Amino acid sequence: MFGNTTLTQFIFGRLTLESFPYHEPIVVVTFIAVALGGLAVLALITKYKLWGYLWHEWFTSVDHKKIGIMYVILALIMLMRGFADAIMMRLQQAIAFGGNEGYLNPHHYDQIFTAHGVIMIFFMAMPFVTGLMNYVVPLQIGARDVSFPFLNNFSFWMTTAGAVIIMISLFVGEFARTGWLAYPPLSGADYSPGVGVDYYIWGLQVAGVGTTLSGINLIATIVKMRAPGMSFMKMPIFTWTSLCTNILIVATFPILTATLALLSLDRYAGTNFFTNDLGGNPMMYVNLIWIWGHPEVYILILPAFGIFSEVVATFCGKRLFGYASMVYATCVIMILSYLVWLHHFFTMGSGASVNAFFGITTMIISIPTGAKMFNWLFTMYRGRIRYEVPMYWTVGFMFTFVIGGMTGVLLAVPPADFVLHNSLFLIAHFHNVIIGGVVFGLMAGVVYWWPKAFGYKLDPFWGKMSFWFWQIGFFFAFMPLYVLGLMGVTRRVSQFEDPSLQIWFIIAAFGAFLIALGIASFVIQLVVSYLRRDQLRDFTGDPWNGRTLEWSTSSPPPDYNFAFTPVVHDHDSWYDMKNRGYERPLGGFKPIHMPKNTGTGVILAGLSVALAFALIWYIWWLVVVSFIAIIAVSIGHTFNYNRDFYIPAETVTATEDARSELLAERT
Amino acid sequence: MTEKAQTQEAEAPQFYLEEEHHPEGSTMLGFWIYLMSDCLIFAVLFATHGVLGRNYAAGPSPADLFDLPLVAINTAMLLFSSITYGFAMLQMERNAKMETLFWLGVTGLFGLAFLGLELYEFYHLIHEGAGPGRSAFLSSFFTLVGTHGLHVTFGIIWLVTLMVQVKMRGLIPENRRRLMCLSMFWHFLDVIWIGVFSFVYLMGVLG
Repeated sequence: MFGNTTLTQFIFGRLTLESFPYHEPIVVVTFIAVALGGLAVLALITKYKLWGYLWHEWFTSVDHKKIGIMYVILALIMLMRGFADAIMMRLQQAIAFGGNEGYLNPHHYDQIFTAHGVIMIFFMAMPFVTGLMNYVVPLQIGARDVSFPFLNNFSFWMTTAGAVIIMISLFVGEFARTGWLAYPPLSGADYSPGVGVDYYIWGLQVAGVGTTLSGINLIATIVKMRAPGMSFMKMPIFTWTSLCTNILIVATFPILTATLALLSLDRYAGTNFFTNDLGGNPMMYVNLIWIWGHPEVYILILPAFGIFSEVVATFCGKRLFGYASMVYATCVIMILSYLVWLHHFFTMGSGASVNAFFGITTMIISIPTGAKMFNWLFTMYRGRIRYEVPMYWTVGFMFTFVIGGMTGVLLAVPPADFVLHNSLFLIAHFHNVIIGGVVFGLMAGVVYWWPKAFGYKLDPFWGKMSFWFWQIGFFFAFMPLYVLGLMGVTRRVSQFEDPSLQIWFIIAAFGAFLIALGIASFVIQLVVSYLRRDQLRDFTGDPWNGRTLEWSTSSPPPDYNFAFTPVVHDHDSWYDMKNRGYERPLGGFKPIHMPKNTGTGVILAGLSVALAFALIWYIWWLVVVSFIAIIAVSIGHTFNYNRDFYIPAETVTATEDARSELLAERT
Repeated sequence: MTEKAQTQEAEAPQFYLEEEHHPEGSTMLGFWIYLMSDCLIFAVLFATHGVLGRNYAAGPSPADLFDLPLVAINTAMLLFSSITYGFAMLQMERNAKMETLFWLGVTGLFGLAFLGLELYEFYHLIHEGAGPGRSAFLSSFFTLVGTHGLHVTFGIIWLVTLMVQVKMRGLIPENRRRLMCLSMFWHFLDVIWIGVFSFVYLMGVLG
């Protein structure tokens, strides 16, 4: 018997049958639903023999457009998961009053709020932003791909691998019960001995590799691959905000990586960085994680600002008001975002001077942000505004985000923060800016660039339905939390005593229900638009009368993006080209140099999942095997020197001629 | 705007390049940005050592533990390896394959000597009961120095890989680019080590 146990332990580490949460009916039902749904998808793919197509055309693709689309698909899937967590919490808090424990036990509830935060930030917002940048930036700067196409594919798969690790925690073992930033000493080995925090650490570490590399890639792309003539001050604003965001990514994600590495050393190797004894200092972790964490929210919001800038200029038919001030405001926000991290824990007790410094730097951020807001408003002023769906999101954003910004300034006042710290007021504030800013921006971006990616517009009716449900649902869901926070209700509580609070939670749950309808409308919008794609088709490549280079090529763009590299004379270069009699080139095409697809990214990411799983469950033999395999595959990849090919001139000519015919038919 | 430019633009603005556009390579810039991101990992470890480096928890302090002559020899090994890497790059410029390989080999040997001495030091400390779990000071010491050592280890693996590739394919442009990247990586580790030697060892012993 004994020998058997050690053998089982050798093979499975600390993974036992008890690790599977089969005694939690909610998880079991979810598992059955996911398993059946997953099997159905796999069966359909097999039935229609799509595996080869998916592998060759998508999974191994180094085309930035396809990788961008895959990022957004990942983000939408994770949005569903993160939102399921949100609505479970809202339901629990609406009913768990006066002795009613609700339907989620505290153990489960703690995992849900942690998973919600982690998934929404790392696996919804981040891939969504990265996906849009990946798709749009090379097109906006007139490039054929990013600087390092293989790295791009690898980054995507590492992000996906992180998401897979987090998803495994739902059905094998448990997730962290620490909150989304896993503060020690709670997240240390003494207070969280289970696998939850380890899932958290390795999920984020694997995804973090992808995020950092994709940041490096996009910086190099923007700096080196711009079309001739496109000086920095002629770059589209979305490219500018992407540049700043990627600089922030490269300048902060290593800090997250190092901080989580220290936490894992505490948990695995018995070091004393963040422990209570032997000289450790938990507040060191809190400082480090927020030095990453605060810039992180600007990583998310800056591209959204860029999207709004593109949308406003396009749908007002005007050059963006104050282009240069927009650029400077973006750069100022990028720098200031490093100087405010301590406002997340004024209550640490670092003293009045330190708190005052960080309070003031925080308030200063509202100045460049306010400048941006006025730039958008002045762009709309006397513009010929077309209220298409992206414009709805933009105006909704301006309204909502200003409220979130003001509550942010309120929280930046240290004495006020001592009262509101860790309360639902804070929760309301950051959902106010993340939903009202980032999510609205991403939705605007999806509707705006969808015709570019797929060649047909999205159905406007369901788009507007989605917008109104989100907008109204947001106010119902989060205004009550402001009220509750001011009354002193703290976050992360699963049951309440005071019955007078319940009505606010019921209103908030109603709001979450409206947002659910907003998400449903968005899905319906995608389905309806797909079915009506022939009516919604765009043949011109420029459905919105756009202003930047991505609209100068066909929708969807050919693999090579541009048959000839564009030359830029002004910002809003496509508008400039249209105004000054640009003629589409019809002949003289040359072979185009392109990178080859490779499966190495998928393989490395798969091995990383194995490595992370082995580390989480202490399956040491698998740790060794998968680690050696990762090194071997990486080295093996460098022995492949045959990485590029030429698209023959005939293929380019055929593609371009087909487009010429189409354009001739339609006009 | 000058009059000439105006007339030029009015006549025939050129909106696309007839010839294929070759943007200059991004590899060096990209790799340099990667190094800066790696530098931030070390910055976090240095900051952690700065904050926790005096928390001995009634255990040994740097003055009790560090054998400075040994560390000085170790430092010399790494600095020599940087010089010999420089020699390898000079030979690469001269297109001399065998000489390049020779100096790369010497660099690798110096790197191995560095790692050997570091492992000896670690073994010695742990043997004395001053392991990474003893105090926050030792946790941060082992992590900072160990992370550097891990980088050197990967550098050596990379070096060997490149030697095989240069042997197989010669000093073709791809291999030159790779040697340049490893060169930046190797010198970067040298710079980091100078920080480690000054701040962790010398200033630690000064107390």
